[in-house]
Amino acid sequence: MERRLLSGDEAVAAAALDGGVHLGTGYPGTPSTEILEAFSALGGRAQWAPNEKVALEVSLGAAFGGARAIVTMKHVGLNVAADPLFTAAYTGVSGALVVVAADDPGMASSQNEQDSRRYAIAAGLPMLEPSDSQDAYDLALAALDLSHRWQLPVLLRMTTRVCHSKSIVARSARSAPAPVPPFARDIAGRVMIPAYARPAHRRLRKKLESLAAWSETAPLTVKREGSAALGVVASGVAARHAAEAAPEASLLELKLTHPLPLEKIRAFAASVKRCVVIEEGDPILADALRAAGIPVEAKPEPFRFGELNVDRVRRIVAKDLSPEPEPPKGKPPQLCEACPYHPVYGTLRKLDCIVAGDIGCYTLGVLPPYQGMDTCVAMGASLGVGLGLRHVLPEQDARRVVSIIGDSTFVHTGVNGLVEMVYNPPPTGHVLIILDNGTTAMTGQQEHPGTGRTLAHDATGKLSIEGLARALGVPNVDVIDPIQDPAGFEKLLAGRLARSELSVIVARRPCILAAADIRKYEKANAAKASACAACAEAENV
Amino acid sequence: MSSRVVNVVFAGLGGQGVIKASDILADAAFRAGLDVKKAEVHGMSQRGGSVTSDVRFGAKVLSPMVPPGEADYLVVLAPSEVEVTKGLLRPGGVLFPPDLVDEAKLPNARSLNVALLGALARHLDLAEEHWTAAIRAALPERLHELNERAFRLGRDAALERR
Repeated sequence: MERRLLSGDEAVAAAALDGGVHLGTGYPGTPSTEILEAFSALGGRAQWAPNEKVALEVSLGAAFGGARAIVTMKHVGLNVAADPLFTAAYTGVSGALVVVAADDPGMASSQNEQDSRRYAIAAGLPMLEPSDSQDAYDLALAALDLSHRWQLPVLLRMTTRVCHSKSIVARSARSAPAPVPPFARDIAGRVMIPAYARPAHRRLRKKLESLAAWSETAPLTVKREGSAALGVVASGVAARHAAEAAPEASLLELKLTHPLPLEKIRAFAASVKRCVVIEEGDPILADALRAAGIPVEAKPEPFRFGELNVDRVRRIVAKDLSPEPEPPKGKPPQLCEACPYHPVYGTLRKLDCIVAGDIGCYTLGVLPPYQGMDTCVAMGASLGVGLGLRHVLPEQDARRVVSIIGDSTFVHTGVNGLVEMVYNPPPTGHVLIILDNGTTAMTGQQEHPGTGRTLAHDATGKLSIEGLARALGVPNVDVIDPIQDPAGFEKLLAGRLARSELSVIVARRPCILAAADIRKYEKANAAKASACAACAEAENV
Repeated sequence: MSSRVVNVVFAGLGGQGVIKASDILADAAFRAGLDVKKAEVHGMSQRGGSVTSDVRFGAKVLSPMVPPGEADYLVVLAPSEVEVTKGLLRPGGVLFPPDLVDEAKLPNARSLNVALLGALARHLDLAEEHWTAAIRAALPERLHELNERAFRLGRDAALERR
């Protein structure tokens, strides 16, 4: 059996390959991004979608068709994908569908630290929580099997430390993707009109009941025998911290955290004098156990915030609420020195703009010296928020409002906002700046529909951002290189702000970190295209 | 090596090779047949911000993170990060600051990470062959000779300091 040091993300990718996954989809998002990249590098079929909702829908279609599919996203991406997710729980799947959601407790690179475990409860879906890379591998395989067996999408909840920590993984034998069977029609099962959805909801609850019964004896709960004085119930990486922080304690580690093996946990809690729940994020396990009448202690409120570690778990166990040491205050990240957005932020500041911002590298423009952003909430929100400000602010302020969004974020969910801009234009007009650096820079330079290259950097259809804006009916659409012509950029923006019209300015210049790679991909694809043309010509002869 | 877990923290700024250095150590310990875990947060690291990476190895490693104040060794690549991170060391732990190695003698500035690994190697019970194999696996062939030189330079520098 091959043993290697793998990150949790790489381990999930290896499981997807070894588990015969036909298709992997997703949208880049730290800390989940590397899963699809690694799956593709291993030879799996992986593709970026414009956003998580579309990614989930493509995977769901594949799973309706009898294939095994995996879809990856960060926790906030699951919000975007939540609409199809909830109803996919009703329809179920024919092949298998694993939804990987990577939470970011402590917000190493996210706008919130929401706890994805709530989605398992809300949608009524099974959820598995790995604690390290071996677990990530084993549980991703288990999730594929569970999904196929119960014909349900299965959530695999990762966290930053599980995704990005490396530990030793032993892989099992690989099974190649099985041939996909011919299409089997199931109208009542997959067309969720109310008449079909009502019985589908009951079917879902029946499945969950049978899953819960199965979980009581399933090998998804690991018990470490220890002292009868202290018992710890834990999941995810917190279980590893707990094993180290309380070496004497009896430990019940839950791999399946929805539905819970309540009777097993009840017996464990009864076998110890004191039973403490160690979980990262919200007190979800503790609440569920106490609601079931199992006497457990939840962690104190301060430990809802941020990541856990061995030291913090020791404090929870010792009921120590003394002030915690401050983590090292390092240097914050900043816009790269040669970032093409510097002149954009310089101009926004000079023109005293009110900036509705968005999510990406360019969010770093909020830091000094520019402090060039007034709002940043969610992917694509710059459009709607900017328009809302324009609608209500006094005219002299409304005229200063600009929305800025990156190219990948624009394709993700900014497009909808642009439609809104055309449909409900504010009286003072509006200006949208699309910062097009030709890549999804923040997450590590992934491709997107606007780059015209696939996840593996091969040529494919290319979305024209300015073409789309024109087609939607925006009267002023300009493309400018802010590095080559900073004075021109300033003049253009000042001019557009002065008009009571709708304007889109595409500030286009490749990301300094990605530029060399982009040239390399373009060259390789051009060579491929000319080789193909030569082939076609030869065939035509 | 005893069953005690060895805790090493690497610190520096994005782009300095903090994560590469921790990868090499983790791989060397793995090649030596030990259990290894390595943790870092690298979402924003490309933008020049502070980066730390934890490596833990021994007979059995549980948590992937070195608890604050419990690092046996702290390897720091940027002068500005020494003050910020030195609280991560346990009392009696060993600091490897960036000026441990004479910058002028480095084959190039980017090899400071591997030079400091050489200094760290003096304190760890990992056979030279595992270090060499780990360095070669982590870097392209054209950089092997240069980095092995940096590694030896750091190892000798640590000896002089003792």
